[in-house]
Amino acid sequence: MCLAVPGRIVSIAGDDPLMRMAKVNFGGIVKDVNLAYVPEAKVNDYVIVHVGFALNTIDEAEANQVFEYLKEMGELAELEEQNASASTERQ
Amino acid sequence: MKYLDEYRDGDAARQYAQAIARITTRPWTIMEICGGQTHAIVKFGIDELLPEAITLVHGPGCPVCVTPVDLIDKAIEIAAQRDTILCSFGDMLRVPGTGKDLLSAKAGGADVRIVYSPVDCLKIARDNPARQVVFFAVGFETTAPANAMAVYAARQQGIANFSILVSHVLVPPAMEAILSAPQNQVQGFLAAGHVCAVMGYTEYEPIAQRYHTPIVVTGFEPVDILQGVHLCVRQLEEGRAEVENQYARVVRREGNPQARKLIYEVFEVGPRAWRGIGEIPNSGYRLRPAYADFDAERRFGLTARAAEESSECIAGLVLQGVKKPDQCPAFGTRCTPERPLGAPMVSSEGACAAYYNYRRAAAQPARR
Repeated sequence: MCLAVPGRIVSIAGDDPLMRMAKVNFGGIVKDVNLAYVPEAKVNDYVIVHVGFALNTIDEAEANQVFEYLKEMGELAELEEQNASASTERQ
Repeated sequence: MKYLDEYRDGDAARQYAQAIARITTRPWTIMEICGGQTHAIVKFGIDELLPEAITLVHGPGCPVCVTPVDLIDKAIEIAAQRDTILCSFGDMLRVPGTGKDLLSAKAGGADVRIVYSPVDCLKIARDNPARQVVFFAVGFETTAPANAMAVYAARQQGIANFSILVSHVLVPPAMEAILSAPQNQVQGFLAAGHVCAVMGYTEYEPIAQRYHTPIVVTGFEPVDILQGVHLCVRQLEEGRAEVENQYARVVRREGNPQARKLIYEVFEVGPRAWRGIGEIPNSGYRLRPAYADFDAERRFGLTARAAEESSECIAGLVLQGVKKPDQCPAFGTRCTPERPLGAPMVSSEGACAAYYNYRRAAAQPARR
């Protein structure tokens, strides 16, 4: 029920702030979405949509953090392995 | 699709699983709150990627599952009235009430319609001015902005033949109920990302502190869930209990203030009964007195009545993470999605339906 899907705003119509509507493209399927709760949203922004309402805009910079964090952890693990083997060699 | 496919990347998922294995030194039990997360976990086999020491238990975040039987009976009673249209999300139709479900009411001639959004009901109400149109408003905080807007817009537009049957529940009181239960096994939570998109996560901070339990706001794709588990395990291993946000591309700490403003215009917090769990104080929304005209229970003069659940169904224990679906003696035999004993076998977010759809064919029983 709390399923919400990301899509890109194709166009925006209406100036009533409560009923500001957008056409949103979900991987080829275009649906009408109410933008009442994302007054800052503009064309080409990505929004997360639940039962016909955009709940938030998607933060492009934050979206990449999931992979940055993974990369940092990978590097950390490598570093730890190097340290471990270096200390074994010293012994 | 952008913002979906990259979070289903198999390599990234495996790397996260390895990273979790590297930091895990002892057994931990983590609950994912949302039924959407449960389905992703079971469908993609995320629990099977994790080290043996990590147990994921499935939480109560399935609004269809926690809607009490007596409200389903009320919806059926409304649907049976003349000149009435009952609108609902599709998931509710097969959920068993005391005697029957909404689908059999529909088969018996009641006008029961599935809608995609609660605001669709306003058009139905305008097109059918001589009939009453009722929306069965179930949901967690995620759905509240849409339901609030339907009521608010109905008043603005003078649509008098519309009302809602409210069954709105809130996540934080349910988490506290789980943590204070004597049989609780949960040591950390993956909080429901889309609930927090609306509410933010400041209300989780006192819970994390009071119960010394880490809470990680988490998304719904496999890589999201694995990162959420990693952050949670790292906190547990380090003895920390904080609120962290894995799903920052969608969730901000303050949530969505515009959405909350309209929720509180229309709804106020009150007690709610949860199916299989019982009444929890301050755990749901009800309409504010100023919007009482839109309350279907009031409009149709419905009062509390005795409702009966199947005595065999262990949904309450499944929803609290005490039992897994395949530990139920009726699972897959006397209880199936076609002939369900309880709601978790019906809903697209129910834990029992997830196990039935994705695990039943497996030769080995699911790892506990």
